[in-house]
Amino acid sequence: MKRLLCFLALTVAAILAGCGKPDFSDAQKKTIASLALNTLPSLKPDTTNRFADLPAAAALGSTLFFDLGMSRDGKVSCSTCHKIDRQFQDDLPQAVGVGRTNRRTMPLAGVARDPWFFWDGRRDSLWSQALTPLENPLEQAGNRTAYAHYIKARFGERYERIFGPLPDFSGIPPNASPLGTDAEKAAWNAMSAAQQDGINRVFANIGKAIAAFERSIEPTQTRFDRFALDLATGAEPKDDAAFSREEILGLKLFIGKANCVTCHNGPRFTDNGFHNTGVPPVPDLPLDRGRVDAVAQVQADPFNCFGAYRDGDVGACGELRFMVKDAPELVRAYKTPSLRGVAGRPPYMHAGQFSSLDEVVAHYARAAPSVEGTSEIHPLQLSDRERSALVAFLKTLSE
Amino acid sequence: MASIWRYLLAGLGLAALLVGVLAVVYLTAPQSAQPVGPDVSRAKSTDNGLFLASFEPERGVVRQGELESWLLTLKTKAGGPVEGAAIAISGGMPQHNHGLPTSPQATDYLGEGRYRIEGVKFTMSGWWQFHFAISATAGSDTVLFNVVL
Repeated sequence: MKRLLCFLALTVAAILAGCGKPDFSDAQKKTIASLALNTLPSLKPDTTNRFADLPAAAALGSTLFFDLGMSRDGKVSCSTCHKIDRQFQDDLPQAVGVGRTNRRTMPLAGVARDPWFFWDGRRDSLWSQALTPLENPLEQAGNRTAYAHYIKARFGERYERIFGPLPDFSGIPPNASPLGTDAEKAAWNAMSAAQQDGINRVFANIGKAIAAFERSIEPTQTRFDRFALDLATGAEPKDDAAFSREEILGLKLFIGKANCVTCHNGPRFTDNGFHNTGVPPVPDLPLDRGRVDAVAQVQADPFNCFGAYRDGDVGACGELRFMVKDAPELVRAYKTPSLRGVAGRPPYMHAGQFSSLDEVVAHYARAAPSVEGTSEIHPLQLSDRERSALVAFLKTLSE
Repeated sequence: MASIWRYLLAGLGLAALLVGVLAVVYLTAPQSAQPVGPDVSRAKSTDNGLFLASFEPERGVVRQGELESWLLTLKTKAGGPVEGAAIAISGGMPQHNHGLPTSPQATDYLGEGRYRIEGVKFTMSGWWQFHFAISATAGSDTVLFNVVL
């Protein structure tokens, strides 16, 4: 009798254990495999920056990235907001440089793969992106000729070994920029076209060096990737690659009913697009309309792909050439961020609107209408258990 | 004492029966019906029958997340090439309330009624639509192609 009971108990236990084993359809397996890091292609060359894969340029870029001298007050560098030990972001709802900005700092893993930069895509290359905070009065707050003078004085030899001779600095004002204060603008306008071009070239090369460094910042393997690899090869997931039932439910929701994977697709969990998802504005901040206002900015940028400072062929400018310039869905549309490492970097959204992943999931389930334009998302019935499961899955995208 | 064991055994037997019934119901349940998808033919007559149009990826394969070139081939009903056509392109994802993520354009005429459409980009899987407004000496017509990824 006792033996029979033991046998029955073991049978029941085996059946229950079997329930916890992930069973995915072929379509689900295909989607899961498409999200795994091993499907990330190798980084393409950036022909618009001929120094992009030059180690000396990356080394100088790394120096500049961490150099507090690259700011008006000598207290701010790229790394002030893009903190190396914090996924190259700063944990703040809005970045604080020389002043407080109106947007959340973006993490940098895999940034060189983006077609557009900033939350609204107002720059079209990594190197032109790197130039923008340098002159933003709320970020590094410097000006173009001051940066050129600084490079000559501090890194002149290193610069010339990589980029060739610096321009003639005689008669170049210490502070001048087309974007600066009235005095700086006046000083810039008093310069000859050749002088302006010489300084712009030094400035562009600063961006190209920083971009060369940033290309080395890539996403790393996570628990999810180990799980996905085992699922694809049919191996039994071991140690931390085994998912709990809650994590499996979350993954199924992510690629199924919750529709997250529609936009958060591919090995970086982003479609590199812009979407209005009804994220509310932050009350005290200036009006922010997202992508719709960025179109004119990227077109006007002298450092864009069509500009004089691009290396290589104009054929590399497809994203700018075929950019959507005027469509109702650009209003309050923001870039789909990568979700890799997401659990380790609250707060969320373009201005840090939500302090936890639970709040983010609640937002997408509720799908409140946008204050302006039309939200692309639809309300979703999610139980408390399903919401927790989604968050549990998102946590597997960190180490 | 023996009777308790008997009850337990009976209970387990019933539980097993229940599991069995549920398994049969679950395993024989019809799969959720797949909705009939849109017409994804790559060649068709234009809306007013003026032209025969085909729309295909230039390199034969569709890749998500990259700018691609497609070819729009336009023939008259008699089978002759349609040359010098002005082509306007729009589209989007009908289920997602948004248009195309790029603005594809006809950038080149390759002869034999073939037009290169550059700047096509699929940012997600799902049902995409491409709408062409074609204007040529033979007249103007429109055609819609569905692409499902």
